[in-house]
Amino acid sequence: MNRNFIEKAIIWIIRGVTYFIVFVIGYIIFDIIIHGLPAINWEFLTGFPRRSGAEGGILPAIVGTLALVIGTIIVALPLGMASAIYLSEYARQGRLTRMIRLAIVTLAGVPSIVFGLFGLGLFVLFFGFGASIIAGSLTLACMILPIIIVSSEEALKAVPQSLRDGSLALGATKWETIFKNVLPYSLSGMLTGSILGIGRAAGETAPILLTVAAFFLPKLPNSVFDQVMALPYHLYILATQHPQADKILPMQYGTALVLITLVLGINLLAIILRIKVRRKYRW
Amino acid sequence: MASTRFKENAVKYVLLGTATASILIVILIFLFLGKEAFPFLFDPGFSELLGSRWTPVSFVKETFGIYPLVTGSFLITLLATALSVPIGVCGAIYISEIARNTEKEFFKPFIELLAGIPSVVIGFFGLVVLAPIVKSVFNLSSGLTALTGALLLALMAIPTIITISEDAIRSVPRSYKDASLALGASKMQTIWKVTVPASFSGIIAAVMLGMGRVIGETMAVMMVTGNAPLISANPLESVRTMTATIAAEMGEVPFGSDHYRALFWVGLVLLILTFTLNMISMKVLKKYRMQ
Repeated sequence: MNRNFIEKAIIWIIRGVTYFIVFVIGYIIFDIIIHGLPAINWEFLTGFPRRSGAEGGILPAIVGTLALVIGTIIVALPLGMASAIYLSEYARQGRLTRMIRLAIVTLAGVPSIVFGLFGLGLFVLFFGFGASIIAGSLTLACMILPIIIVSSEEALKAVPQSLRDGSLALGATKWETIFKNVLPYSLSGMLTGSILGIGRAAGETAPILLTVAAFFLPKLPNSVFDQVMALPYHLYILATQHPQADKILPMQYGTALVLITLVLGINLLAIILRIKVRRKYRW
Repeated sequence: MASTRFKENAVKYVLLGTATASILIVILIFLFLGKEAFPFLFDPGFSELLGSRWTPVSFVKETFGIYPLVTGSFLITLLATALSVPIGVCGAIYISEIARNTEKEFFKPFIELLAGIPSVVIGFFGLVVLAPIVKSVFNLSSGLTALTGALLLALMAIPTIITISEDAIRSVPRSYKDASLALGASKMQTIWKVTVPASFSGIIAAVMLGMGRVIGETMAVMMVTGNAPLISANPLESVRTMTATIAAEMGEVPFGSDHYRALFWVGLVLLILTFTLNMISMKVLKKYRMQ
């Protein structure tokens, strides 16, 4: 009887802790939605900031973040997917493969601010891009490359070997087999993981801090060599650096809500895609 | 025929080329951090970094001792680990061993959602909601303390710890648990004496990966810790971490100055620390996967 009681108590404590985590997550999202919604209106989404962000809208920050995300996709997606195809379909056990895998694990663990320093040293200064969309996108692409490679490789490995064997037995070459019989079945899976990486790129601040982000720049970019404002950096500035930081809470919450909607929206897309893929292909 | 073979080989080598990009990036990271940091060794000299004062901007004498930044990062990392490990492991045990299926299907994506919230948003939440709570609970003049930072970081490490521990706990063979239950052990006894020990190295790896995430986290920490470079073990005082120092000061330093190079040293130390942590946790994970 006594033992049974202790047993139940422990289970309830563990359950309580788990529900507490879920409650905290829910509370953060709820808090930002409830305080952010009143700030959202047409002017906020499509207007230019005034008085260093205390009034007006956040259009340049939205456009800047979208430009960075698109730039990151253009660089990281082909590179990551091609790496994954090599690792899954071609690589043999050996020194080079081990080194590639070690590099991927290392990259995944590099702190985001160190990517910022790296981007500053290589892209901004050494290549002479200056603080620009291209420097920021390249930095973010390096950061999310391991996420794209690892998840794409998993999607490729999920395609049954028999599909490859069948194609090869019919006389197709290796690349024909991969292109016609493996990629079509793994592409949506590869995209799922990649989208999660892209969501991370959209929300990161530290790497763009030193490579692209502008403090206050109320205009839209003309070329990839322009500096831009970005949503995460704009939120950071409004919340900590702005002279009237405690008086412009609605602007801060509004920016946070737009950012979180963008990032979680991207993640949601990935989750929906994952569910669809699982329904479509059952091996 | 020859052209087919040529094409096949070309594809293979192009793909190999892209795969080696990761190696290239890692080498470039070390190279370029080193390149910008290196001249500091000659002037003002390496011993300057070992000092206990970080006053990079001063009219009297500039000092670049990274010791207070390292202790700041360590204090916050230890606090955050102490907070997140019990919570994260409890969460992992609940989700893999106790939760009903409907709960599982809801909890897992929800916790993944937490991992998706940008760190600047978590930092913002900490600044406007958590810091005032810390301030009033401990009766402080400011809520921007090491503890506030550690609480936020614990929150950010929890998804990593839960996801990887849960994986480890779930991979314990069913027969172990069945045997324990058949011998008359209760559910909790089985979890505590059989399941957790069997997945222990996986849990350790999860904790270390979580620590790696915590020590490298920048924005949330910078926004809520007050950023005073003090050497103190008191969690209710302000601290300044390595990451926050780089992020806050790099924007304002002249390129090529001593201060600029000292910040690259901080980055290098950070990179080596996280690299070591990751390597150890990978070794642990590999060992436990082989078992």
